[in-house]
Amino acid sequence: MSHAVGRGLPALFHRLRYRRMPGISPWALMLFAIALLVALPVIVVFSHILFPAGDVWQHLASTVLPGYLINTFWMVLGVGTGTLIIGTGTAWLVVMCRFPGKRIFEWALLLPLAVPTYVIAYAYTDFLQVAGPLQSLLRELTGWEYGDYYFPNVRSLGGAATLITLVLYPYVYLLARASFLEQSVCVLDVGRTLGRGPWHLFASVAVPLSRPALVGGVSLVLMETLNEFGAVQFFGVDTFTTGIYRTWFGLGEQVAAAQLAACLLAFVIVLVLLERWSRGKRRYFHTTNRYQQLPEYRLGGWRAGAALLACLLPVLVGFVLPAGILLSLAVDHGDALFGARFIGLTANSLGLSASAAVIAVGMALLLSYGVRIHNTPFARISSRVASMGYAIPGSVVAVGILIPFAWLDNTLNVWLNEHYGRVVGLIFSGSAFILIYAYVARFLAVSFNAVEASLGKVTPSMDAAARTLGQTAGGTLRRIHTPMMRSSLLAAGILVFVDAMKELPATIILRPFNFDTLAVRAHSLASDERLAEASTSSLAIVVAGIIPVILLSLAMRRSRPGSRVGKDEDLG
Amino acid sequence: MMQSARLAASIAAVVAGSAFATSAAADDINVYSARHYDSDDRLYEAFTDETGIDVNVLEGGSDQLIERIQREGVASPADVMITVDAGRLWRAEDEGIFQSVESDKLNERVPDSMRHPDGLWFGFSQRARAIFYNREEVDPGEINRYEDLADDRFEGDICIRSSNNIYNQSLLASMIAEHGEDDAEQWAQGIVDNMARDPEGGDTDQLLGVASGECNLAVANHYYYVRLLKSDDDADREAARKVGIIFPNQDDRGTHVNVGGAGVVENAPNRDNAVRFLEFLASDTAQHIFASGNNEFPVVDGIHKDPVLESWGNFKKDDVNVSVLGENNPEAVRIFDRVGWR
Repeated sequence: MSHAVGRGLPALFHRLRYRRMPGISPWALMLFAIALLVALPVIVVFSHILFPAGDVWQHLASTVLPGYLINTFWMVLGVGTGTLIIGTGTAWLVVMCRFPGKRIFEWALLLPLAVPTYVIAYAYTDFLQVAGPLQSLLRELTGWEYGDYYFPNVRSLGGAATLITLVLYPYVYLLARASFLEQSVCVLDVGRTLGRGPWHLFASVAVPLSRPALVGGVSLVLMETLNEFGAVQFFGVDTFTTGIYRTWFGLGEQVAAAQLAACLLAFVIVLVLLERWSRGKRRYFHTTNRYQQLPEYRLGGWRAGAALLACLLPVLVGFVLPAGILLSLAVDHGDALFGARFIGLTANSLGLSASAAVIAVGMALLLSYGVRIHNTPFARISSRVASMGYAIPGSVVAVGILIPFAWLDNTLNVWLNEHYGRVVGLIFSGSAFILIYAYVARFLAVSFNAVEASLGKVTPSMDAAARTLGQTAGGTLRRIHTPMMRSSLLAAGILVFVDAMKELPATIILRPFNFDTLAVRAHSLASDERLAEASTSSLAIVVAGIIPVILLSLAMRRSRPGSRVGKDEDLG
Repeated sequence: MMQSARLAASIAAVVAGSAFATSAAADDINVYSARHYDSDDRLYEAFTDETGIDVNVLEGGSDQLIERIQREGVASPADVMITVDAGRLWRAEDEGIFQSVESDKLNERVPDSMRHPDGLWFGFSQRARAIFYNREEVDPGEINRYEDLADDRFEGDICIRSSNNIYNQSLLASMIAEHGEDDAEQWAQGIVDNMARDPEGGDTDQLLGVASGECNLAVANHYYYVRLLKSDDDADREAARKVGIIFPNQDDRGTHVNVGGAGVVENAPNRDNAVRFLEFLASDTAQHIFASGNNEFPVVDGIHKDPVLESWGNFKKDDVNVSVLGENNPEAVRIFDRVGWR
């Protein structure tokens, strides 16, 4: 049995868990240390708030700020709703229903995750613009001239929101699917015996029970939308983030730009707090780990067709079509430097992303477990602050990292020079270290949300039992929680990995000499308006991202507690 | 889990190690470059062939590179910084990133107007911001000056990119220098009123807009046009043939040109190599690569230009001081904000 509203039993465990140790717990210290380390760039950026920004605010408020706010609002609303509907709907279909192609869609629905927003923007722009192949064909077939017909402009707020939705819904899908897979059959059976049909079961049992996962997914999407730069800049849609760049580099007002970033962050914090507050005292444990194979609804006739279409469309528009456009561009007018150089670029991208993924998942695990066993307001705030980096535009984070580490390097070199007469160069700020640090600072939220949602489902009675049997806190984490959460940890790692593969602004600013990644190569060609040549690198990012995405999906399917792989295969 | 952690740790170590290894050796030169053309690689190779000095490159946006050099301070490995725009050269100069260089070779080859009086930076290539027109719809005689673009008769005719772009910021900065802030704002307002569509895309997109009939006039840098003319894509060449180029303001101050240049960084660890590198950039070899690689105008006279560029002949260039463009840049952005040029 599992229950959404738990007041009686957990209260008992509450006393067990919160027995305070004398002195400061090492977990609390660690929690604080990680939070501080990861939040460092955010804090640095925020210290700018203390400086006066002059009359630039007046200028912004009377000219462009209202536009930034309105555009950002619609963007967040559109992308948030879109990803929630697509992600939750398709996840429910592939977990609970049986229809042709289901096994393929399980992993295929993740594919758009491998496409960076700026890449899908390049692809569709080339395809849909007035001078592009589709409209040219239309004019050729009909004999119309430009202006004789209506064609939606992809370079618009609506176009940007649509494309961003198409590549970000997998975040919601991924977490929703993991959550649906982890749900207990018993609850669904209770619903069924009470006479609930499939729609009702979905709306009143499964979705509310999966709330932490859905919220986690959507909040990742929203943060990513808020700091999205590549696509909106390319489309000329002015959002808060493009406004920050313009204020910083165009107006030369660094302080005002940092203050704008602070506003953006405050907005995110309010959203997160609102959601927490609306949850109230509800908790979302599963109280048993006895699982059975989930019963599937067999769909036939038009229902099967509709389910198929609902799953096919996002994959088609979010992945197959853009990848096809890129492929045809790459074949016809691809990057002339394709070859040995690409192996280096790919190795750089993969190495960096893998390192960042492992570190980010490790930290997320420690953080969320730290909060679990040491649940003080201070611990909760520390963990929240640590995952704020995701909501801040990449290049602002990058500068926030560069400032303290460049200072550290300088101090170190000056000191070494004085005492030993030698300099060692920029050990921190001039090496891959700072890049991995930046990725972790930015993407900790991704792993933290996934890990936290999963850990929240492990009932505290597990902890209590383990501790009663003599396990330490660390031992419990290692022997009990980590194995139980294996699929979620893997999911968290892959999400960070794919995010790091796609990361652009921080990579451009912080990377060492002669060190390019696929994303950097794609960007430098695209920013020089050589979209066709950029297609080769863009395609390589997508391809390099697909493999882990498929691995992830396989691992997730095997990991459903109680499921046997053999049985799974039979069902295929 | 543990195994994958160990694997990742070793990956991280390798990545970090290789990064350290490539940072800086004694007989190297470290270039921070805002240019990212493939022809640049040939430039660096040619320098290494000639001098035996290896070139390490870090490409990025000008603003980010300036920010990074500032933060790295005395420990910065940067020897040379290359930017592609006057506004950025001025900003780098203003932030104190460059040191002054005294080189007879450079002074002799680079014209006065193309370099800083104290040798803080030197221009090595020029790009013209020209007006383009649809050959079927527009009589090129109708339009001679940037000022004409704001005229009522071109209502709904103009394609131009977003004001986030530094090329437009520098163009407006030159208008401020010529006419003062108020008149420049009026001009910008006139352009906004005449726009065929909201600004979108890059310079190439404006040219394609003219070709497809979305607009009759566009403003873009000249080399994007040359690139379309020479494209290996038939559709691009077809589009370019429908478009003509106008070099405006030939009877007064001249066409607005922007300069791509470089300077030696204040704390350059390899100063001598850096100066040699700048001197190399002014050499015939390098100037030729500059001119042919991205179809830009070389700054040194007598370099064999690309046939297309040659066919345009000599045109008068606005020789407004680069620092003026830089100083006017923030005001230009404010004007764009006020007139709603997004």
